[in-house]
Amino acid sequence: MSQTKIEISEQTTWMLAVRDKQDRDAFCALFDHFAPRLKGFIMRTGCSAPQAEEIVQDVMLTVWRKAAMFDPHRAQVSAWIYQIARNRHIDIIRKENRPVPDELAEDPGAEPDASQILAVEQEAGKLKTALSSLRPEQREMIEKAYLGELTHQEISDQTGLPLGTIKSRIRLGLERLRHELKGLRE
Amino acid sequence: MTAITHHIPDAILAAYAAGSLQHHYAVAVASHVSLCVHCRAALEAHQSLGGALLEETERVAVSGNMKADLLARLDAPATPEPVYTRRGIYPGPVVAALKGKEPKWKSLGMGVRQSILSQDKHGSVRLLYIPGGRAVPDHGHNGLEMTLVLQGSFSDETGRFGVGDIEIANEDLEHTPIADPGDPCICLAATDAPLRFNAFVPRLLQPLFRI
Ligand SMILES: [Zn+2]
Repeated sequence: MSQTKIEISEQTTWMLAVRDKQDRDAFCALFDHFAPRLKGFIMRTGCSAPQAEEIVQDVMLTVWRKAAMFDPHRAQVSAWIYQIARNRHIDIIRKENRPVPDELAEDPGAEPDASQILAVEQEAGKLKTALSSLRPEQREMIEKAYLGELTHQEISDQTGLPLGTIKSRIRLGLERLRHELKGLRE
Repeated sequence: MTAITHHIPDAILAAYAAGSLQHHYAVAVASHVSLCVHCRAALEAHQSLGGALLEETERVAVSGNMKADLLARLDAPATPEPVYTRRGIYPGPVVAALKGKEPKWKSLGMGVRQSILSQDKHGSVRLLYIPGGRAVPDHGHNGLEMTLVLQGSFSDETGRFGVGDIEIANEDLEHTPIADPGDPCICLAATDAPLRFNAFVPRLLQPLFRI
């Protein structure tokens, strides 16, 4: 167990400390890691630095307040924060409330499953490898798509190939996720 | 409940995750994902990809006082936003669009009813109530049209759509969906067409007279 614990990423460990113990030091560590990335990410959509900072503040506050919803068995911290960032960005810019799916009912009394958490993290590692194998123009398209700069039509017209490449890499992950989610539903 | 067989294409899930999908379609996508583990897993894979890009993005230093400001706000009482969850046949995103209220049905004739959830110049999203055997009204779309079944089922030239199934049609698809005999079919329909009431009813009645 202790060996497994070492392998779980710092970000996940910090996020769990925030979720379970409202640990401010862990929150500061998350802030130091993610705030500059979020600012860079948001500024790439054309936001000014002050506006990007306003959104980063909002995102990190949401991370603190909604920490109870973080589930390391299903998402790595970066994926969870990515979705919060896109949602908050849109809520703030368009002044609308983004429709979000119902939360999955939590499995009552489920013990944290370190091997499942690790599997999710390894998935993230595979994704990074898949991303680094893309040609520069494919990579740029993917970035545009996930920064919200392409319509669904442009994504299906232009990024079919990179999406396909990435999808084949994460197929196993998808299967596993599906299995896991079915388990949660039943 | 039979298994969901009609899902959301990847490009649309990616656009939803990234927030580039227009609001009315996002209501339909979030509603389908609420009902479908297959698309939820696929959406989470897209979020993972977004997360990987976020991790690798070039960092830009934040202002020196930002962290201290934020820490000071952590304990401030937050006004909780209302959380809308599934109610009966309606998934959370539909309940949210209804602001927690019951749908206000308006008759379109021949037993067909609709309840508009929201509309603007980019399109609309509405609930449709179609008695068994009746045609689903033509939403009058120019581009993309999404129809998610919440109760009953309908069939058209492309197949049968039961609870949880979503039909995603573009303007090229000439189809006449008809509610299957039995329970009334209730579905959520998102389209980019502005509502045209005057044109809507006669167009709706046309296929009915042909039945
Ligand atoms: Zn699906």
